[in-house]
Amino acid sequence: MPDDIRVLIRSNLDIVTARQEGRALAARTGFGATDVTLIATVISELARNIVSYARQGEIVMRVVAGANAQGVTIISHDSGPGIRSVEDAMRDGYSTSGGLGLGLPGVRRLMDEFTIESALGRGTTVRVTKWLT
Amino acid sequence: MEVPILKQGRYLIATIQAALSDEDLLQLRRALLERVIQFRSRGVIVDVTALDVMDSFATRTLRDITYMIRLRGADTVIVGIQPEVAFAMVQLGLTLDVACALDLEEGLAHLEQRARSSS
Repeated sequence: MPDDIRVLIRSNLDIVTARQEGRALAARTGFGATDVTLIATVISELARNIVSYARQGEIVMRVVAGANAQGVTIISHDSGPGIRSVEDAMRDGYSTSGGLGLGLPGVRRLMDEFTIESALGRGTTVRVTKWLT
Repeated sequence: MEVPILKQGRYLIATIQAALSDEDLLQLRRALLERVIQFRSRGVIVDVTALDVMDSFATRTLRDITYMIRLRGADTVIVGIQPEVAFAMVQLGLTLDVACALDLEEGLAHLEQRARSSS
């Protein structure tokens, strides 16, 4: 899609770029300060997972039109090792890296829609949407 | 972007002025610990008013800074967490069990109080 914003994620500097792009897109779409911050935080966590686990990938952001409202969709995609157990990764407090976990349960809480696809050895795609209400 | 650290008497004040990368945060951790040792500081204030996002890495790094400085016998106060940042942190399930204060003034008052109660 022509209006997609794509940010390649290869280092921790790209995390900052991705969340700044997301912040600007959310603000342009009409989200208030709280939601703009939520969206920027979600992008930060998703981009961080790419850097930590897959080394590189991309974040795609776009404005989407629903039945009643506009929203912002964020897609995080990588071709990394994949997640062994998505079910475990979606439990609060689960981590394989000794950190705070993938942050995915939190990301799901912050957004209105959340889907994840992951295949071992092939990579992970997380797709989240926040609707403007 | 490097975070400036000001020395004010027995205290150090680090004011974050823009979005920080992970490397910037780790640099801040290193610099603060070095200065605390160099100046024998009793307290540190980290002003995060300008920080627009506090994700898991930033939260963990600020917590690490506080714990490391505590091992030197000094206190740390995080000041200026914006309301929407606080909202996002709690929603995301991030916990930062360290001393926080509304702004620089309240942060300094907190350090003074700690110094009085321990002397």
